[in-house]
Amino acid sequence: MSEIIAAYSSLDGPTLPILHALQEEFGYVPEDAVPMIASALNLSRAEIHGAVTFYHDFRHEPAGKHVLKLCRAEACQSMNGPQIAGDFLAKLGIGWGETTPDGVLTVEGVYCLGLCACAPSALYDGEPIGRLTRERLDAVVQEARGA
Amino acid sequence: MTKIFVSRDAASLALGSSQVVQRMSEEAAARGLPLDLVFTGSRGLFWLEPLVEVETSGGRIAYGPLKSSDVADLFEAGFLTGAAHPLRLGRMEDEPYLARQTRLTFARCGIVDPLSIEDYRAHGGYAGLARAHSLVAQAVVDEVKLSGLRGRGGAGFPTGIKWDTVLHAAADRKYVVCNADEGDSGTFADRMLMEGDPFCLIEGMTIAGLAVGASKGFIYIRSEYPHAYRTVSKAIEFATKAGYLGPSVMGSGRAFTLEARLGAGAYICGEETSLLESLEGKRGMVRAKPPLPALKGLFGKPTVVNNVLSLATVPWILAHGGQTYADFGMGRSRGTLPIQLAGNVKRGGLIEIAFGATLREIVEEFGGGTVSGRPVRAVQVGGPLGAYFPASMMDLPLDYEALAAQKGLLGHGGIVVFDDSVDLARQARFAFEFCAAESCGKCTPCRVGAVRGVEVMDRIISGIEPEKNFEVLEDLCSLMTDASLCAMGGLTPVPVMSALTHFPEDFDKAPRVPVAAE
Repeated sequence: MSEIIAAYSSLDGPTLPILHALQEEFGYVPEDAVPMIASALNLSRAEIHGAVTFYHDFRHEPAGKHVLKLCRAEACQSMNGPQIAGDFLAKLGIGWGETTPDGVLTVEGVYCLGLCACAPSALYDGEPIGRLTRERLDAVVQEARGA
Repeated sequence: MTKIFVSRDAASLALGSSQVVQRMSEEAAARGLPLDLVFTGSRGLFWLEPLVEVETSGGRIAYGPLKSSDVADLFEAGFLTGAAHPLRLGRMEDEPYLARQTRLTFARCGIVDPLSIEDYRAHGGYAGLARAHSLVAQAVVDEVKLSGLRGRGGAGFPTGIKWDTVLHAAADRKYVVCNADEGDSGTFADRMLMEGDPFCLIEGMTIAGLAVGASKGFIYIRSEYPHAYRTVSKAIEFATKAGYLGPSVMGSGRAFTLEARLGAGAYICGEETSLLESLEGKRGMVRAKPPLPALKGLFGKPTVVNNVLSLATVPWILAHGGQTYADFGMGRSRGTLPIQLAGNVKRGGLIEIAFGATLREIVEEFGGGTVSGRPVRAVQVGGPLGAYFPASMMDLPLDYEALAAQKGLLGHGGIVVFDDSVDLARQARFAFEFCAAESCGKCTPCRVGAVRGVEVMDRIISGIEPEKNFEVLEDLCSLMTDASLCAMGGLTPVPVMSALTHFPEDFDKAPRVPVAAE
């Protein structure tokens, strides 16, 4: 962790780049990192804790093996997104931000992926999916479990 | 070797363009036909994606929308020479959707290879910067003032006046910050431009730097746009290598460097002061204004904060003249507006057109009505803080002032279409829910008001003491409007009150009578 922190410390306003790099490496921002970042940047632990907890992106525990981000904003609502997402979560037996019991898939809600002309949309491990259907989501789960 | 152009825009990928490309490469290899694949941004006609264009003597001939299973058939038909096929669309320039537009900011998007500086230059790139180099700083600012360009992020503040303030602020260091935190649902123009023509944004920021005396710029890109972030980061690297960024821009002896930064999933960071806090590494809490960022911005220094589209329009203005740009548009809304048509609509996409087109032209003529085939019931204009308008108000022109007069806003130019299955009481509830989730929490009207709003809407939807709750709702909305620190809390009442005003039946409320006389 100290290597990652050191690599970004000389940037102007390095906090977010450091947090992103940590999450990229570990899948979440480990609690132990907070005092280390604070000391490296000569800031208080409260300031770093404040930044980590402000942003939706930073996880406090590891996600599942795969991450599916489903858009919950208006353009996707206009194309039946809430019903499709609701049924999907019910089928998996999890809520927003939760991981399937087998640890394979985390489903997170996001507000807009900028794919509004092909709604509803999603991002699966960083790959965009448009015109999302129930069948397509089932295929994603199968792929996640098979991979 | 036949040149084939395919979009690598995130929306094209979302519709399966990479599968089509892979199939095409395999098929070409099997037939021993060498292909020269060029990856571009998107033209923004998303119902035709995945789309490929083949270079022929008669121009680029397009085929789409394609599925992997169409590929073998296309080769059989001889599409590499532009031959006939049921999916042949002809030249995109002749497609009415595109032919009716005035593409200035998006002139190159979908045409050029976004990471080729040579391609960018061949299509008029860096002509604006060259002109800016020949002018004194004040003359560059005056050119932008003359163009009438207003901030495309949503606030509509005159860009030239902002630049003028920064130019005349005395400081040892100044910054140019690009707001690429395009969080409004129904908008994707910033994303398209960053993925399809990133050098245009870089050139615009470089001109801004020269004009105001800033030597460093940041592009703050939301994390929901990983593709845009990668493309912009690469483009910055290439521009630096080519001498368009660095200690001596184009050999002028003047320095300008750029850094792309990733947001972290906070809608509020699209608010300029919150964005600056976030860039500094803090919680994205809104700052009280004044002081204006133009005087005390990033790290306390004078800072130009502009939206992607505002900055990306500057090269065109410098290259063609401010007056030429101002000749487009209506009233105090000059130039062109990149409209983003989305949601339940047949032909969604990017429509860059002079200010003043009506909602009907956009939704019906360009959009072709709903994709579900049901009647259009509501359109939300301007993102999650924009108004819901009924089908009966579709003759409204898209212009900052005309929308404001109807208690709406143009915002970042996004239009989301809903069919008659929409429940506007639910949409009003969502507006509060969204505000509660995304409020930075600094001011009470927004932080607490949003939560109370959800509760009030829940009581209204459940039919609990509706008359009393309508009173509470209106009171809450006027308080949030008047007392919130920024537009997040201040404009959340816009979708709520427009839904209540134009769709009272969804709230089980009798329409207000008499309707105000015209």
